Amino acid sequence: MNPIFEKGGKLYWLHSTVDAFETFLHVPGTVTLKGSHVRDAIDLKRILILVVFAAVPAALFGMWNVGYQHSLAMGVSGVNLWSNFWFGFLKVLPLFVVSYVVGLAIEFAACQIRGEEVSEGYLVSGFFIPLIVPVDIPLWMLAIAVAFAVIFGKEVFGGTGMNIWNPALLTRAFLFFAYPNYMSGSNCWIAFNKGETPVADAFTGATPLALDGASAQYGTSFWDLFLGTVPGSVGETSTIAILLGAVLLIWTGIASWKIMVGSVAGALAIAGLAQLTGVSDIPCYMHLVMGGFAFGTVFMATDPVTSCQTETGKWIYGLLIGMLCVIVRLFNPGYAEGMMLAILLCNTLAPLIDHCVVNVHNSRKAKKFKVA
Amino acid sequence: MSQNIVLKKGLNIPIAGAADLRVSKSATPGVVAIQPSDFKGFIPRLLVKEGDRVLAGSPVLADKMHSEIIFASPVSGTVKEVVRGEKRKLLAVLIEDDRKNEYVDFGKIKAGDAAQVKESLLASGLWPFFVQRPYGILANPELTPKAIFVSAFDTAPLAADAQFCFADAVADIQAGINVLSKIAEVHVSLNAGISGDIFSNLSSCTLHSFKADKHPAGNVGVQISHVSPIRKDETVWTISLLGLAAIGKLARTGRYDVSRKVAVCGPASKDASYIQTVPGMPMSEVIPFCNIPVEEVRFISGSVLCGANAGKDGYLGFRDNQITLIREGYDKELLGWIRPVRCKQYSQDHSYFSWLMPKRKYNMDTNLHGGPRAFLMNDGYYAKVLPMDIYPVFLAKACLAGDIDKMEQFGIYEVLPEDLATCEFVDPSKNNIQDMIAQGIDLMLKEMA
Repeated sequence: MNPIFEKGGKLYWLHSTVDAFETFLHVPGTVTLKGSHVRDAIDLKRILILVVFAAVPAALFGMWNVGYQHSLAMGVSGVNLWSNFWFGFLKVLPLFVVSYVVGLAIEFAACQIRGEEVSEGYLVSGFFIPLIVPVDIPLWMLAIAVAFAVIFGKEVFGGTGMNIWNPALLTRAFLFFAYPNYMSGSNCWIAFNKGETPVADAFTGATPLALDGASAQYGTSFWDLFLGTVPGSVGETSTIAILLGAVLLIWTGIASWKIMVGSVAGALAIAGLAQLTGVSDIPCYMHLVMGGFAFGTVFMATDPVTSCQTETGKWIYGLLIGMLCVIVRLFNPGYAEGMMLAILLCNTLAPLIDHCVVNVHNSRKAKKFKVA
Repeated sequence: MSQNIVLKKGLNIPIAGAADLRVSKSATPGVVAIQPSDFKGFIPRLLVKEGDRVLAGSPVLADKMHSEIIFASPVSGTVKEVVRGEKRKLLAVLIEDDRKNEYVDFGKIKAGDAAQVKESLLASGLWPFFVQRPYGILANPELTPKAIFVSAFDTAPLAADAQFCFADAVADIQAGINVLSKIAEVHVSLNAGISGDIFSNLSSCTLHSFKADKHPAGNVGVQISHVSPIRKDETVWTISLLGLAAIGKLARTGRYDVSRKVAVCGPASKDASYIQTVPGMPMSEVIPFCNIPVEEVRFISGSVLCGANAGKDGYLGFRDNQITLIREGYDKELLGWIRPVRCKQYSQDHSYFSWLMPKRKYNMDTNLHGGPRAFLMNDGYYAKVLPMDIYPVFLAKACLAGDIDKMEQFGIYEVLPEDLATCEFVDPSKNNIQDMIAQGIDLMLKEMA
């Protein structure tokens, strides 16, 4: 690095930024100084870029779906793959730009203040945020929410790896509580250009527009929901695209399959119970494809920083998320989407779960010693 | 004998440059060094001055805390120089070898009771072979350990093959065990995977057979944790096969003989093979083994995971029988992390494709392959390469926080930094986990003293 950026140099205030771009371009030539003399080729950049790759199918499908929903609402028939995708791409791109520009600016500044290298954690958060917000969200709201999430969700705790809550979900939670009109109801899920008015017929057609998250999505068929040709947050609608990502994440071991399986099992358990007792008439499996459940289970709940550390803890954590999600969905119509709240709550509980698991483990170990 | 303790976790790092099973050279260096830095918890007191004549086995240094623990010269000759660093810290005592191989005659070991055995071992200078756990310090002769543990196999990357190195020393090792069994029960761990194990007939000790071929299953700390984990207020001693053989030789011949076969290996070595030499041998002796310019080579006394960076002017450690030569990885790799395939780099993670080539050996270098970050992956990522019943990340974080209670709770008594070396290797956040543990141990030593 040019000495001008080093400590004492004129442009030291740009140190973290320059370093970030330099290490983005190439693996630095630093060598091991302590401990193990050789190291695995893996680094966090690689791991996190793979998480982004895993979310790409969901993002691409989401872009197409934005266009498709628009076409449906406008009464345009036919597939129009490219025009739908292009429409959606133009609508979603600004969300990505805002998410990355605001988030990374804060991240770079915070790292410079702490005198650290820029961590690549926001690479992933910044990609997820546009996927879990309604496509019509005003950009200035998104910018405020991102700033809130990055500053108060992450930087105040010490940056990537130190946060308690998932920053992307925190963004969504901020929007949800600060601007509820833009995050729920029937107006936000489909993008329109200025001056367009939807064709009335389309509303009563195959896609019910009186959508309020999960409860209202019930009504479209399982396969619609599984494929994702329904309105919803940009990246969360297509269960199959999300499953593709899940395969990559599980294979590489980045995301814990235990959390995913736990979450699915928890959701099925509560939803099944509700169905059996007549609390709800929604088939239990529908909960898995509705709303943000799949996206949350695969990409949000499995965030290694905010989830449980211990293997037993992961099962408990996953189960709790699935159960809480369905409970919120069934018993609180005001918050139709329970996944976000379930995960944030379990993020909060994760250290406690770990604490209990570790204590049980240690006391069992102590007992084993005494016998031996 | 506990049969086939199965350890599945761990990681064998596929590094190139294994040493051929032959002795290619008998290195009789002109000068050997005795380095206090080889021993943790050792404050040296000098017993000789420059120009003094010493024999192999003559006391050179003593421990300030326990003056009965002495460190002996491995060769006969004269004290050439006492090397001191900042604040007159004693770095090394250099002894010029007169090639006469004259030994102090200690006579037969008085194999009566524990006190007599200890006395003989202390007087002969073989005591520093003992490592006391917890904390991995010099053994305190006043204590009686719960047991003495020996690992008869080494799983570290490119480790010297015990079957080869000690093929003609089994009798010595048996003699060593006979002596040590007077102090405490001796436990020897064998690798069930080795057919015709030369150690399988050892007696006067408890044999444990481990069905495990991944590092760090050969670490004595891992074995202890599966045989009889160390609790608070317990002490165990460990000793390497090298130490056992030396004690056996002392018992049989009355000589202090610490010469050994040393594996010279690593990706930066040519003609990787064994040399016959003594501890304290200068690294310059192995320069002919380098296959790249010497300036680019890191000379490691020990394995790539937990050896010491001796440098080309350094010396072979007292307890080491391996020298690893490896290239310094100062070069930058353009777009390394984003390339889909990086054939030349090894990763145990499925994010790369090394898993497709399980047989391949890699020319690894010392590049860190990334920048240091906070812990991001969770405990399970590290636990899968650690065959111990502990939570490595929790322990490392407790050490970072300096929280004694938590360190105790998470098993600081059971580990030495070397046991978590594989966790450090796989860490995508590039934390120096061994150093964290070492700092935790230092804090424990300070607070518990």
